[in-house]
Amino acid sequence: MSLRFQRLLFILLTLVIILSAVLLILYNTRENVSYFYTPSEIDKSDIIINKIIRIGGFVENNSFNKISSSSFKFKITDEKASILVTFKGILPDLFREGQGAVIEGAFVDKNIFSATNVFAKHDENYMPASIKEDLKDTGYWNKKYK
Amino acid sequence: MKFLINPSKFNEVADYIFKPVLILSIVFFAIGLLFSFYLSPDDYQQGSTVRIMYVHVPSAWLGLLTYAIMTLYSILALAFRIPFGFIFNTAVTPIGAVFTLICIISGSLWGRPMWGTWWVWDARLTSVAILFIIYLIIIFMNLSFENRIVREKVVAIFILVGSVNLPIVKFSVDWWNTLHQPATISKLSKPNIDPSMMTPLIIMTFAFILIGIAIAILRIKTEIISRKSYLS
Repeated sequence: MSLRFQRLLFILLTLVIILSAVLLILYNTRENVSYFYTPSEIDKSDIIINKIIRIGGFVENNSFNKISSSSFKFKITDEKASILVTFKGILPDLFREGQGAVIEGAFVDKNIFSATNVFAKHDENYMPASIKEDLKDTGYWNKKYK
Repeated sequence: MKFLINPSKFNEVADYIFKPVLILSIVFFAIGLLFSFYLSPDDYQQGSTVRIMYVHVPSAWLGLLTYAIMTLYSILALAFRIPFGFIFNTAVTPIGAVFTLICIISGSLWGRPMWGTWWVWDARLTSVAILFIIYLIIIFMNLSFENRIVREKVVAIFILVGSVNLPIVKFSVDWWNTLHQPATISKLSKPNIDPSMMTPLIIMTFAFILIGIAIAILRIKTEIISRKSYLS
């Protein structure tokens, strides 16, 4: 085994060990590293009232209600569970039904989540606006695209 | 390929390709910006704001790529005793830092209208912020040693340790829930982006790569000269 090969092996081995150490730490703290909980990850019996958390998912179709010009009510869903959210404030441009969103706030009781911040989340699909019209006209529009 | 590890060979090749690379990068920027602003469509959801992507994504790729190459050169320098690795790393660190900074600023400007916030501490944004801080630490380390031989080795080891952040940046959007979207373009599947938007993205990426190479050539040549005067 030549000296340079020994050094190479030593460097690579060290890197693998450091990387696995970091990944182990991150894996065991993944609940804190994740930016939000999905509705199905939230266990109804474990809800702590007034503790600030973030939940994320899609704005459920036909759930959006405008109570006043700056007060809204809607449901966040991940297709397995959904949570009723109330929000007073300005919604981002991208916020709409069927669109991804991350909500910061706290449960005021077991069923109602009061939001302090609403962020819109967009997905990884990019497509010209004109194609959306074509797809809709021909009936090939995939519901998944939102 | 000797010019990638030998300073005098590098100088020869660099003198030969510097002007073509610079001119080509200007041409690519001209065409790329024309495509980005006028010849590409609005996104079906994000409208015109999607054009920020044509600066944001190439700079993010280049910020990561620069660090990956620096890692390779650190291994070459430490394991194979190729001093050109130290020269290369000293020269290109600020380039990678600037690409990462462009990525962070453009991403912030994109996040405000789309997400409704300039910044969040999700896994992707945080890991990219850490990448930028690592670049800054390397720059400061390069400025703060009396003994060049000691400095080079310490910095190279630090670069290797910092490289564990690269897979974390890349996979952060898959491993954890993040506000940042998952990757649009991946090797294993068809890209989720229309060809009309892919075109400006690719042209701009080449423009960024070429300008990066041009600046790197200038900085590496300067570094080689400064070392010669140091030795004599």
